[in-house]
Amino acid sequence: MVTTAASAAYDVAATTPDPELPLLTVADLGILRSVDNSPSGGVVVTITPTYSGCPAMHEISADVRRRLERAGFAQVTVTTQLAPPWSSDWITDNGRRKLAEAGIAPPSPAPRRTGPVPLTLGRAPSPACPRCGSADTRLTAEFSATACKSLYRCTACSEPFEGVKAL
Amino acid sequence: MSAPELDGLDPSEDSGNPFDLLAEDHDEGHRWAFGTGFTDPLAGIDMSVAEGLGPGALARYCLALGDDALIYSHRLQQWVAGLPELEEETAVANIALDLLGQARMLLARAGGITGQTEDQLAFFREEKDFRNVRLAEHADRDFAELVVRLLMFSTWRLALFESLSSAADPVLAAIAAKGVNELAYHRDYAARWVIRLGDGTPLSHSKTQAALDALWPLAGELFKPDPYALGRADQGAFDAVLDIVLATAGLDRPTAAPLAPVDGRTGRDGIHTEAMGYILAELQSVARAYPDATW
Repeated sequence: MVTTAASAAYDVAATTPDPELPLLTVADLGILRSVDNSPSGGVVVTITPTYSGCPAMHEISADVRRRLERAGFAQVTVTTQLAPPWSSDWITDNGRRKLAEAGIAPPSPAPRRTGPVPLTLGRAPSPACPRCGSADTRLTAEFSATACKSLYRCTACSEPFEGVKAL
Repeated sequence: MSAPELDGLDPSEDSGNPFDLLAEDHDEGHRWAFGTGFTDPLAGIDMSVAEGLGPGALARYCLALGDDALIYSHRLQQWVAGLPELEEETAVANIALDLLGQARMLLARAGGITGQTEDQLAFFREEKDFRNVRLAEHADRDFAELVVRLLMFSTWRLALFESLSSAADPVLAAIAAKGVNELAYHRDYAARWVIRLGDGTPLSHSKTQAALDALWPLAGELFKPDPYALGRADQGAFDAVLDIVLATAGLDRPTAAPLAPVDGRTGRDGIHTEAMGYILAELQSVARAYPDATW
């Protein structure tokens, strides 16, 4: 029974949309880390920020709590987990599909590092255009409207588009 | 006339719009700028201090790292709406946001030990109680100074955070590990601009060299031994990165002496440049004038 409560609560929490990318849920983005039963009979939801300054964490936390309370769960606790840091590799296949459908290029695999972070003076390969599929795209800005995205332009169809940074 | 039918839309149903929550937050007394409603960025994290670590020393060190980020973030925010291109606007605003996030977590870690909130620490401390390095408070005179200072700051902070990723305090270690990814991105951005300007026109080259010469004295303080430090930035690694960038940019590494301490004290001891008072006046004025304001 105990497992079932946490599992049911997970299903509810997993429907919470990301405020900056409302087409994706926190589960799609890998922000929702776990839902557990607390010793006192409540549920503990663990979420992780994508970036240190992510302004959406407050809304996500409040929204998760509201959804669970509406679904009948009492004593909902939302906690933050920082380690290990969020990686764009945690975006699910479903999340990647939804990003592409919304015209946002999904991230390439995150760089794996051992030892000091190398300086990168060249630009990473840019993703295929989510609109026309052309690989002939270029980075126009490392940063975009939100912390987690960069800005690109497709040379083939001329459309600008955003891509989620590989982190 | 009757209102048009809204097919399939029942206003009584949960629209799923997360922005509806903004109104609900107000009902709970939440606030959007300073104030207790801006939830603890470390909510739910185990804030105990391991045996063998002095809580006071840990708090002071987290405060210093948080102040570096808070003050530098403020300086970057002052650039917003004054940058040469829209792409640079979003870049600098994003970098400032990352640093503000790091500042919030570090001040929350410090305040969790001393019994203060992040807002009390950010908005109600005096200049002499701020522990940031003096590089963080410098006012950039032009875009060259912005990118040169960002290169120096992010290269140093990245090296420091890589070291702190295995710090004895797990909360600080987690904050640092998260910051590493962000700082690497800031450093790459700054390095590309320094190269573009240094290796650009004679005018951009001379302005970038002048920026480097002006800022170099502030680098010495970054590697001053800190008795509270739980990690250290490797100066050799800092020098190696700067040397690569400067050589690629065709810029000369300055030989200027470090900015002198005052009676042996620098930013970490609460000794700041004249610029600091103006930063705090702007940063703190609203919170001090309306300490109980809600938004």
